[in-house]
This record gives sequence, C-alpha cells and structure tokens, in this order.
Amino acid sequence: MAALARAFGDLDRAEEAVQDAFVVAIERWPRDGIPPNPAAWIALTARRKAIDRLRLARRETPAAEIAVLEALDAEPPSPIPDERLELIFACCHPALAPETRVALTLRALGGLSTREVARAFLVSEDAMAQRLQRAKQKLRGAGIRFELPRERDLPARRASVLATLYLIFGEGYAATAGDALIRRELCAEAIHLARVLCSLMPDEPEALGLLALMRLHDSRRDARVDARGELVLLADQDRSRWDRAAIAEGSGLVERALALGGGGPYVLQAFIAAEHARPGGPDWTRVVGAYDRLLAVAGGPVVALNRAVAVAMAQGPQSGLALMDELAGELDGYHLLHSARADLLRRLGRADEAAAAYSRALSLAANPVERAFLAGRLEATTARPRP
Amino acid sequence: MKYLLTIYNEERAWTDASPEEVGQIMAAYEAFGRAAAEAGVLIGGEGLQPASMATTVRVRDNETLTTDGPFAETREQLGGYYLLDCADLDDAISWAARIPDASSGSVEVRPVMDYEGAEHVDEARERAQR
Repeated sequence: MAALARAFGDLDRAEEAVQDAFVVAIERWPRDGIPPNPAAWIALTARRKAIDRLRLARRETPAAEIAVLEALDAEPPSPIPDERLELIFACCHPALAPETRVALTLRALGGLSTREVARAFLVSEDAMAQRLQRAKQKLRGAGIRFELPRERDLPARRASVLATLYLIFGEGYAATAGDALIRRELCAEAIHLARVLCSLMPDEPEALGLLALMRLHDSRRDARVDARGELVLLADQDRSRWDRAAIAEGSGLVERALALGGGGPYVLQAFIAAEHARPGGPDWTRVVGAYDRLLAVAGGPVVALNRAVAVAMAQGPQSGLALMDELAGELDGYHLLHSARADLLRRLGRADEAAAAYSRALSLAANPVERAFLAGRLEATTARPRP
Repeated sequence: MKYLLTIYNEERAWTDASPEEVGQIMAAYEAFGRAAAEAGVLIGGEGLQPASMATTVRVRDNETLTTDGPFAETREQLGGYYLLDCADLDDAISWAARIPDASSGSVEVRPVMDYEGAEHVDEARERAQR
C-alpha cells in the first residue's frame, strides 16, 4: 500500500485499490489456488485496479500521473517495491498534529483498523474515522509529498517520525487503565515500526537508539506490575522476569549507535536504560554522565529530575535532595518530583517530611496504579514507629 | 503548488520600533523578497497598513453594513502576505521560516485552492451549465 500511496500521492485511492485486489483474491484464490507470493500478487492486482479506476476517471487525471502508473504497471511484479519509508515520513509530517500523526501511522503502516486505533485512544470509531479523513485530506491538499524529505528538511522530519513512534510506544507502555491487550499491541506496533525504520535507515543512530530504548523498556514489561496489578519499582523488580533477548538486542543496538557517532536524546536514553538492565545493576556514575549529556542536548526540568535521582544513587540522598529542591518551583505540579523527594527523605530518616511529600504526590497523581503505589508508601511511612 | 503565507504579529513590534530598527526590518524583508524572487517562487506580496485603518464590510438583506476595524480583534494582526509557488509543503514551510516576522510573530501557510483539479468544483460547474 505504501508503494501505491506514493504513486498516487493519495491514501484513499491506495486503500480502495488494495480493497479491490482483496475482492478479486477472495473470488479467485479458492478457485485457482493461492499464488506463490500472495503479497506480490495483491500489490500487482491493486496497482492494476488502481489504474483501471484512473482510466475511468481519465478526464480529470493528469496525463503524467497515468504515465507514472503505467510505468509502474510494466515493472515485474516482484520484488515488491518498498516505499514504507516515504509513507512513514508523510504520515509523521510535522504539519499534522501529533495525535493525528500517531493515528495515521498506526492505520497506514501498523495495519490497525480504524476501530482498533479508536479503541487505543478511547475515542469513538466515528470520531477517529473523521480525524483520519481530515488528515488524509491535508496530506492530499496541502502538498505533503510521498517522497523522502530533502536533505535540509531531514533533521526536523526525522525528529517528527521518531517522536511519533515513541508516542505510540508510550501510549502502550503507560500503566494506565484500559484494554491491556490493545496497549500491548501498541508497544509491539511501535517496536515493529522502529524496526522497519532501522532496516530502511541502518546508519541513523537516533533510529537505532529509539528501537533500543523501546526494546529495553519493553524487556521489563512483565516485571513492572505485580500479580495484583500494582507497580513495582525498578530496584524491586524480579530480574528473572526481564526479557533477556530484548535486553541483549537493546544493548547491542546502543553500542552500534554509539559506534556510529550517536549522541542524540534517544541514544542517550537508551544508554541509560541499558545501564539499568546490566546484571549487576547500573554504574550510577556512568548514568549521571549520560544525564549530563542528555541535559545538554535535550534539556528540561524532567531530565534534570531524573539526573537528580541518579546523583542520589551515585553520591548519596543528600546530594540528590539538594538538586531536587532547586527544581521544586518548576515541577511543583509534577507528582514524580514529590514521590522522588519522598523516597530520598525516607532514606534519610526524615519520616514526617517524607509522609508530607508522599501525600502531595498522591494528591497530584492520576494513574490508579501509581496512586495505589503511593498510598502504600504513605501508609508505610506514617506507620513507622517514631523515635 | 501555490501557497499564501500570511504574516501575523503584534503591531506594537512595528509602531514601537526605533527608526534604526524599522530600517533593519525593512532591509530583512527586502532580502527575503530578493531571495524568493531569485529562487523563482515569488508571485507577489505586500505589507498592510495597521488594522486600525481597516473597515469590515457585510451585506445583509441587500444592505451594505460597514464597521470600523478588522474582522477579528486579536493580539496578533494580519500585517502582510506573500504568494509563493513552491514545490511542496516542506518548501513553503522553509520559506515561511525565513520571513523576518516568523521569529517574533507567526506565519500561516495556506495552500491555494486549485479549482481545475477539484472534482466537486467540476461537478458544480457542470450542474450550473445544465
């Protein structure tokens, strides 16, 4: 479908053509047997069907477009031309809203139905269909090309693709309520798409970094929530439930990205995730070093907070606490600042302050799994006998 | 493909500017216009007088109603436009980013309607002719 979409510059026409091809397949395959390369057969038939439709509509179709399609038609049917990269770039165009990029990418490349995309984002199927329709109209009408970006546009366009795939992953990884199966599928889709991206841009460190980051996070999927559905902190997780193959792949990808000169935000985050996955636990000094670099390339108070947590581990809770207090103004409404502070206060034996910070975190957290965790911590802190 | 680039900014940025600053802004716009013309993308463009000079016109029941001021009173006002012929949206976006006011105000990039290619327009024309 990617090849067709590129040829037509139009997702609707490509979709129609593929549907036409499946109709023919349903008619013919039971009678004539399944062809040796079903995917190539569908691609070729879809192309022919698309051209038939265009010939019907010839009056309003530019001659050049028909010439291109006829040239495509004359090609031998295999290998299947792979134009998924062009399609990923179009669906993730920065001129589309981030949530639209996510929906369009899942629909056009992830093979999810409109109903499945709608369910993943907790909106009605009609609303999602409308959103997708508007996005396709913008792709067609605003002059977004189904082509690889020019060199000078590439950094911004690539960043948008990576951010979109990470949003899809994040949507699936967040331990919020909702359909667990769909959430797992979103993670799997994001990983699959990142894999496609890496195979198409094998020397792009940030693409490798993104795939590594997703694989490393996903390796802990089974261990991060316990049998009662409660959140388990990284340090308390049962490491035997981590996915070793995913960790090995993720760590290997990080090394390759670094060897290619990578040092962007995804490579650095993946490096940190790989440190956490080391059998003996992370080398906190290396983690702090990576956060220093991350702060330099992609600053922001949340990165600074994570760095403060690493500093607390490397140099003791007092140093981490001092850094967190500097962030208190900027991140006062962020529950993770208060829960991280609470944890350090608890380790310093300052139980009353820890309890106050846990209650503040609890009052800000929305996710039920996180809330249950914080409530448990608050109870344990206040129940401790006072000296 | 044709794009209309409309430039929005706070008018104070212009009215409060010192003569030197006005000179710099003018020079930056002249440089932009030259670059767009040399690249062969420039179809046209103008700067507008302040929104306080605007008159808004409506015709209701065959009566022409005029009001003082722009259609919408907003913090950022339409201050000028360029009409460019670009290869695609990426190209139009990169030209928009080079407009001097993009770094303080904003530039809206709107594809211009192509009536020749639009199916619903063709249909409407045919129906009108019948």
